[in-house]
Amino acid sequence: MAKRPAYSKLCKAIEAGHFVFTGELEPKKILEEGMEEVIHSAKEMKKTNRLIAANVTDGPQGDAYMCSMVPSYLVQQKAEIEAVWQVAVRDRNRVALFGDVLGGAVLGLKNILVLTGDHTALGDNKRARPAYDIDSTQFCELLKKMIDEGTDYAGKEITDGKIEMNYGCVANPNAVGDYMEPEILKVGRKVEQGIDFIQTQTAFDIDVAKNFLNELSRYKVPVLLGLFPMKSYGIAWYFDNYIPGVSVPKDLLKALKTAEKENKGNKPAKYAALDKVNVEFFKPFIKEIKENSKASGIHCMAVEYERLFQPLLGEYPEYAKEFY
Amino acid sequence: MIITKQKEISGIYEMIKPYSKILITGCDGCCQPPRSISEATVLGQLLELKAKTEGKELKWKAITILRQCDDRIAATSIRPFVDDFEAVVSLACGLGVVMLNKVADKILTFPAQDSHFGGVQNLGENSFIQYCETCGNCLLAVTGGVCPIAGCAKHLNNGPCGGTVDGLCEVGGYTRPCAWIDIYKRLKKFNRLDLFSVYRLARDYRTATSPAYMTINKDYTNIKEEKEEKA
Repeated sequence: MAKRPAYSKLCKAIEAGHFVFTGELEPKKILEEGMEEVIHSAKEMKKTNRLIAANVTDGPQGDAYMCSMVPSYLVQQKAEIEAVWQVAVRDRNRVALFGDVLGGAVLGLKNILVLTGDHTALGDNKRARPAYDIDSTQFCELLKKMIDEGTDYAGKEITDGKIEMNYGCVANPNAVGDYMEPEILKVGRKVEQGIDFIQTQTAFDIDVAKNFLNELSRYKVPVLLGLFPMKSYGIAWYFDNYIPGVSVPKDLLKALKTAEKENKGNKPAKYAALDKVNVEFFKPFIKEIKENSKASGIHCMAVEYERLFQPLLGEYPEYAKEFY
Repeated sequence: MIITKQKEISGIYEMIKPYSKILITGCDGCCQPPRSISEATVLGQLLELKAKTEGKELKWKAITILRQCDDRIAATSIRPFVDDFEAVVSLACGLGVVMLNKVADKILTFPAQDSHFGGVQNLGENSFIQYCETCGNCLLAVTGGVCPIAGCAKHLNNGPCGGTVDGLCEVGGYTRPCAWIDIYKRLKKFNRLDLFSVYRLARDYRTATSPAYMTINKDYTNIKEEKEEKA
């Protein structure tokens, strides 16, 4: 099958050879006011001229949050930055997923990030019955059928027009040792189902990340490496303890803790100290990935931490400007 | 085996509160842990005690049935008692409870247990585990004998997901094995990673839709004919 065209700005920028950056937005249990904050974050991302798109999460950790489709649309409309619409198969069966993707297409969404989704047993509505009708690979197949063949999963035709979207999957660079091969083979199944890009879970170990990127390079699909600058010690601690397979390096945890402790009661100084810790850790990390790996970019999961983009990414070209 | 858990005595007592003469039926079939005559007797004694604390007298008798889910065995075992009792409490799985309600339809049969899953004893451990979910679409041939439908919390056909850490599953706080890592290890052991790499299509849920029916030979069961005769 011929390669799918780059419909989204994200894929166009990658295709043009830019080393791209994307951000992340997390709509929680919110209405208009919270939505304004999300849009504000997105606007700040756009201001950097270096972030090409913003991920909009879909019930992370299995929590009951606002849907990801509407914020994705609003971000594109009001902040004028492209959304990477995260869609988990946890909450919708193939019928609902098909319907949502049609709706998203009409709303002008161009990127879908396919996720399995954290189990509801981990979330804040533990008694819920998760859907998992189709898994994330099968959702990739559904998207392939919708975009390339113009049908639903059962092969029934979409009656008018063509869906112009690109979709990607996630991969976990923290699957090391004996656990890396099944992870890589799993991604292979998704490549078979036509993914346009891969976005990884957050990485903290440069050698592990580079090794993983090297393994993924066999698929010849652009990879965005996930990084997670942490705006407080609390977030870092939570991430270290509660996010599957992620452990924050002890030194980094300690540095964040010290930054907070030494500047207690002085907010600006605390922020500056925390930012310094993040920049010192992630700046060389990004440089190394850009120069010595096959990654096509960085997915920077700095949720509600827009002030870090300038010090962190300031030295990179303002490539995104021409795509906005 | 059907893995079951007995309900709280107070809960069972609430069900039989309106009755003063009850028959308690154990089951010698596949119910695990075993729920036979001794368990039925103990349940009778406990219910009698509970009734006494409420100032009521409860008459009961305990019997056990070879297999409550077998219509003929269930019918011949229970029918001699039906006229002497006002209600039945079954210590079988849900299948036994439904069957007693069908073959002894003069009185109501109540469940003393919650039925959890079809499973086996976890090898070397004091626990039970679900190895098969009777989904009607067996994948074991391509998964090295490990079922991802029963074994994976997300029923994935193309795992593992991102919720596995060091071969353990995010559900249950990383204490239980990830079925897909087990599948990977099994297939690698037999040099069959070709099977692991294969993309598996979405499941056909018609094979696992409730209520499930399957047409069988007419002479396999007499329930249908009996009903027709009665009609």
